[in-house]
Amino acid sequence: MAITTSALAGTLESSDAQVLIEPRAQGVQINLESSVYAQYGAHIEQLAHELVETLGITNATISITDKGALDCTLKARIEAAYYRALGKQQDFDWEVL
Amino acid sequence: MTVTDRIRRTMIFLNTQRAALVKDAFIYRPDCVILDLEDAVAANEKDAARFQLYQTLKHVDYRGVERWVRINGLDTDLFEEDIKAAVAGGTEGIRLPKTETASDVQLVEEKVAAAEKQFGRPVGSTMLMAALESPLAIINAFEIAKSSPRLMGIALSAGDYVRTLHAKRTVAGIELFGARSQMIIAARAAGVMAFDTVYTDIDNMAGFKEEVELIKNMGFDGKSLISPKQIKVAHEIFNPSAKEITHAAHVIQAVRDNGDKGVGVLTVDGKMVDIAWVEGAQRTLDLAKAAGLYKGDLA
Repeated sequence: MAITTSALAGTLESSDAQVLIEPRAQGVQINLESSVYAQYGAHIEQLAHELVETLGITNATISITDKGALDCTLKARIEAAYYRALGKQQDFDWEVL
Repeated sequence: MTVTDRIRRTMIFLNTQRAALVKDAFIYRPDCVILDLEDAVAANEKDAARFQLYQTLKHVDYRGVERWVRINGLDTDLFEEDIKAAVAGGTEGIRLPKTETASDVQLVEEKVAAAEKQFGRPVGSTMLMAALESPLAIINAFEIAKSSPRLMGIALSAGDYVRTLHAKRTVAGIELFGARSQMIIAARAAGVMAFDTVYTDIDNMAGFKEEVELIKNMGFDGKSLISPKQIKVAHEIFNPSAKEITHAAHVIQAVRDNGDKGVGVLTVDGKMVDIAWVEGAQRTLDLAKAAGLYKGDLA
């Protein structure tokens, strides 16, 4: 699904990640800045791409500033930003998140 | 369902909004954690906390620490989605804030059962715990305590209780005496566990120790906590001493050895003992075994 507004989730605290999602004309672009990029950058980018597919995001720029977050937190922050951009607050499909 | 057959001396609140707090709290070895979606979470972060909750439940191995979720109140439009996220994530239990009546518990039970069906979890597998936070809740403590087979225990939440009682917090806790007394009686009568409120003066470890000793002597099973440094102290107080464990084992063994001989009253370790002592001795051994302090076969 394409988004039409920007949204932010997460913080810049240690072990967290901040995710900004913005509308994009075509396709999905992921920008990653991470305190552990050398070791985990490829893994985080793959995780983000897989989640984009799971969520069905078709058009967006997703900028992740990672401060050493676990995978579960990265996923939670991307999900929060995406659903904030959609304005969706309930009735989530929890078993596929 | 493990409603009452588990040791629950400590249950520590973790703000689910904070990634750093929920990622590895098991290292402090509390008996339970309470992943909080309610008071600790800012109003504009409820959604993000809920996603963090679900992903934490799904992917963080708490290594045997029991995971509870405090949902938002039944007077909000948040609690139903909280229940779905918690059940889908696989929480062991849900803590209801501001419970005032048995029907509050039953409403949540209904929503939990629906979520269990929706997300393929065994129906009846999610426990409930009711937090009592008002005079009406304390008056209804027994009805709440026996409101559902899922109800593992009742927990005092003193902040709102003292406010609604028009009382003031004191060091000795006299303002909580009536609630604590009524709650422990209600819990025992209903066959559920009872948990005391948090101790908020986290730098006053002497005061914390006194309060834990008080509530243990009153009969409470455990205490809600807000700081990891309170865990070890609470465990030490709730654990039976080596002397108590030895004596309890002697009581159980002596009663077993003499049961068939028609002897009703015995002397064990210099003290008179009869059948009335057995239940307490057995509870001491069960607690000691659960805490890893007793390896024998009498528990």
